[in-house]
Amino acid sequence: MANAARSHAGDPQGVTTDDPVVQVRDICKNYGEIEALRGIDLEFQRGKLTTLLGPSGCGKTTLLKIIAGLVPATSGEVRINGRAVTGPGPERAFVFQDFALMPWATVQRNVAFGLELKGMALAERNRIAKRYIEQVGLSGFEEKYPHELSGGMRQRVGIARAFAVNADVLLLDEPFSAVDEQNRRKFQEDLLRLVELEKKTFIFVTHSIEEAVYVSDRIVLLSPRPGRISRIIDPMTDRTASPDEIRRDPRYLDVVEEIWQGLRQYAE
Amino acid sequence: MTLFGFRIPMMASLIMWALIWEVVGRLDLIFLIPPMTSVFEAGVQLVQTGSWQSASMITLRSFALGMALAIGVGVPLGVLMGCVKIADNIFGLWVNMFVSAPLSALVPILMILFGLGETTVFVTVFLFAVWIIVLDARAGVMQVPTSLIEMGRSYGASRWTIFTKIILLSALPEILAGIRIGMIRGVKGVVIGQILVSVIGYGELFELYSRSFDMERFWALTMILFAAAMMLSAVVELFEKRIEYYAGAR
Repeated sequence: MANAARSHAGDPQGVTTDDPVVQVRDICKNYGEIEALRGIDLEFQRGKLTTLLGPSGCGKTTLLKIIAGLVPATSGEVRINGRAVTGPGPERAFVFQDFALMPWATVQRNVAFGLELKGMALAERNRIAKRYIEQVGLSGFEEKYPHELSGGMRQRVGIARAFAVNADVLLLDEPFSAVDEQNRRKFQEDLLRLVELEKKTFIFVTHSIEEAVYVSDRIVLLSPRPGRISRIIDPMTDRTASPDEIRRDPRYLDVVEEIWQGLRQYAE
Repeated sequence: MTLFGFRIPMMASLIMWALIWEVVGRLDLIFLIPPMTSVFEAGVQLVQTGSWQSASMITLRSFALGMALAIGVGVPLGVLMGCVKIADNIFGLWVNMFVSAPLSALVPILMILFGLGETTVFVTVFLFAVWIIVLDARAGVMQVPTSLIEMGRSYGASRWTIFTKIILLSALPEILAGIRIGMIRGVKGVVIGQILVSVIGYGELFELYSRSFDMERFWALTMILFAAAMMLSAVVELFEKRIEYYAGAR
């Protein structure tokens, strides 16, 4: 194997870190007769971006929603900062694939919605919302409504909303899949900048291999039906290089190829 | 619309038909169609009479009360059916049956139940308007995107907060559309109710004018009613347009 990436093939249980924020213990999920996830054991390191990658139907979104507390697991448990999860909590924030913005509310109110639900005073939450609107590059759009924005801009609102609540863990469910290719690249670069800036733990679901290798500190490959961990890869991408250098780096391309070789058996 | 390069104003077809009516009326072919000008004159006189004014008051009152009850019952019932599966199973069949049923046939029964008066008309308005309001409110609640509810849950909203801040607001466009269609049906209800009861309001006037072959007044009253129904619908539509951005992001 290329020394570009560390791999823990066949040894997922052995992956322990000093400071796990999220611990997933033996999670299984059945939808009636269908077994969606089987025996998932994972730990997510604080301050790192971990990607759940796999073909469609491998249960990666289900796993993310179990961690979010939106979907109950059939068995097993999820611990956040050592406490077992029974539902959604303030230490986790979710970014939705279809943005999930309220069409009747302005950008400002959408971004501040998490704070509004916490009962924060209007002036205070607007101040915080404004800061994150600026951070995601939407200054000047505060009073616009979602339908006046492009798909990419709408997801920036979704991300700003997740940042605004100041959660430890950000859960992103294929956040860029509804964004066109040009904006997607810009988005990935912006995300990396935010990861650097905010020092939070990110769990990212995607089906794009390039995206996963480009943004992740660690990639968890899931196999489909039932979803199991097939491999864990640390791409070790050199973040000091420019985005274009990274995308041309042979080590980056090797990891992409390696993952593709692992996944191609599931492609139709 | 343009014709041979000329722009035709919007009301042109209306003016055109009024002209044809006028010509047919002046030719004196059938007594059913008096000239438009004399219908208009009769209308101007009509609105000054005490009988028209009191009939209008009665009509408006029955309509307003019937609509208020239809909205007050229809919206909550529709929302309940959209949220609670059991409620949907209990009421769904009945609502769907009544929404397409010829309700005019029920008015004679209502007359026996509620007497030959305003109560019957009021109940008729309610029965005409309520079902579509229920169905639209139900549809509005059922098509709230799942992700929007998950969003509320993941950011810590209680069930009640999700209901008031997300579900109701998300369903508002459909609820308003239901109320608009309900109002149009309610106008039909008030007229049909009054004509069948035929001793109060516009029903009494219609009865009077058609029996005495007073076609000018008969037509004048009809046109006033048509205009009122269209205006009512336009007002609600205007209100709907103001919240059009709701639908924009769907």
